[in-house]
Amino acid sequence: MPVDVPAHVLSNTRLSPDYNVVALAAPEIVGTARPGQFVMVKTAAGLEPLLRRPFSIFEILREPDGQPKGITLLNKRIGVGTSQLYDLEAGDRISVLGPLGRPFTLPAADADAWLVAGGVGLAPFATTAEALLAAGLTPTLFYGARRAEDLYYADWFATRGVAVVYATEDGSRGDRGFVTVPLARALDERRATRPLHIYVCGPTPMMRAVTELASRHGRDVEVSLEQTMGCGLGGCYSCVVRVREDGRTPHFVRSCIAGPVFLGSTIVWDELAH
Amino acid sequence: MALDLTARIGSWTLKNPLIAASGCFGYGVEYRDAVDLSTLGAVCVKGLFLGEREGHVPPRVTETPAGMINAIGLQGIGVHRFVRERLPELRALGAETMVNVCGSSIDEYAEIARILSDHEGVGAIELNISCPNIKEGGIQFGCSLDGTHDVVSAVRKVTKLPLIPKLTPNVTSVASFARAAAEAGADAVSLVNTFLALAIDVETRRSKISNVLGGLSGPAIRPIAVRMVYECRQAVSIPIIGMGGITNAQDMLEFVIAGASAVQIGTANFVDPFVWSKTLDGLQDYMTRHRVDRFMDLVGTLDTTPAGHAKKTEHVTA
Repeated sequence: MPVDVPAHVLSNTRLSPDYNVVALAAPEIVGTARPGQFVMVKTAAGLEPLLRRPFSIFEILREPDGQPKGITLLNKRIGVGTSQLYDLEAGDRISVLGPLGRPFTLPAADADAWLVAGGVGLAPFATTAEALLAAGLTPTLFYGARRAEDLYYADWFATRGVAVVYATEDGSRGDRGFVTVPLARALDERRATRPLHIYVCGPTPMMRAVTELASRHGRDVEVSLEQTMGCGLGGCYSCVVRVREDGRTPHFVRSCIAGPVFLGSTIVWDELAH
Repeated sequence: MALDLTARIGSWTLKNPLIAASGCFGYGVEYRDAVDLSTLGAVCVKGLFLGEREGHVPPRVTETPAGMINAIGLQGIGVHRFVRERLPELRALGAETMVNVCGSSIDEYAEIARILSDHEGVGAIELNISCPNIKEGGIQFGCSLDGTHDVVSAVRKVTKLPLIPKLTPNVTSVASFARAAAEAGADAVSLVNTFLALAIDVETRRSKISNVLGGLSGPAIRPIAVRMVYECRQAVSIPIIGMGGITNAQDMLEFVIAGASAVQIGTANFVDPFVWSKTLDGLQDYMTRHRVDRFMDLVGTLDTTPAGHAKKTEHVTA
């Protein structure tokens, strides 16, 4: 059940001139949030911009005694709303509506779980990794970025026991190229003795490439799409994605309530904006 | 003394004057986890044709100063699936249901109205003759006085449900269309639909939405919409449902004082799905403060005498 929380900003950590992590006091959202879900954030105090912005729930924050405390959002400054989020100061108040959307599914306990992230597409994977670890799995994070210094929060995953595999476009850390380079190698080398669950979030061309790569190995993936959303609750029909499913002809579904998590094989990728 | 929030739109009685605007609230059931639908005056569901519709390809919306432009293209499940799948759910949730009816011909409007009249649980029909975003969306009826008269008359013949044409602001005189609707047997009119608009990405020299043109909504249009309600109030005696950029009680009261017997909230629901209870609380505060016991006593109470301007206020208010 979504709630609208007038959340205090606990901290705002600027990772670079573009990236930040903002921590929000929102214990009401923590209680029911599941990996892959998102919140709608009203970044403006007034009417500019008018609409909320969707953000994956990045981290779940808890008090020392384990009680729910809040959430963090991983933000990349690209427009008016994300700039407002970047400029927040501790003590500010911001309206956060959630949790919303269809979460990732968690695999059986004997499965391998691979998280494939491109840039700010890392956002849904902190909660996902924690849920997988709590279920006794040892996830692997395939993490791609332009340069080594853009690989934010890699240590967060490594210190929690997640195996991290890197790729950078300039080759400054891990494989040179896109995250599909180490992923393709891992798929080639893998003996299919255990079930494998692949989660993907990043730029649309990257999610498409991973979907197609996995498909060549006979596997489907779960992608977390990032569409422009008006409301996040299914009211406005702005965030539609064309999907093939249930044997029906391709048709539009609302990514806010049918997603944001979809099976990669169901997406009509040609129609998605980059 | 308890306040009487009842809104009367001809024979259609609502427990309060707040209606979820068509196209801004899905089929209502999407909001079941967030909002108790029985607390709304009514839910006006997304526009329905006879059959299912895909709608336009994205991008379907873009933001503008204090507003947004949309061209969704009336994606929808069609009236048959609606009465089979959604109407029973709305009834179970206690929602008073208004159905927005679209058509590409007069026969289609009439057929949908006939189907809806055969089902329990439809409170009123809103006749969509004003969607700016598709050629066959009724705008050809809504932009012609004869067309408005013909489609309202035809639907009037097949239904006893309250019949409420939704008017477009994209005409020279909305009031003349309200008059045409009233003369053809409409029980009320709702206004305004969105303003035809265009936002351009100058770097690419392309429209920011795929349909090129779309409909502008949100606070940006409010003063024009209030003016149109005021003009229609003077032109017709049937009730008016007002809408256009309402975000709170203050905004809705402008429409009511200008002459609206009920209001719809659309775009603001995207920003705050809990706008309903906040607006209702604000309305009751206002009524208490102004010692008005019955909501209907506020309708059309605009004071246009010169003395009304004697009181000094800030020039700019939030």
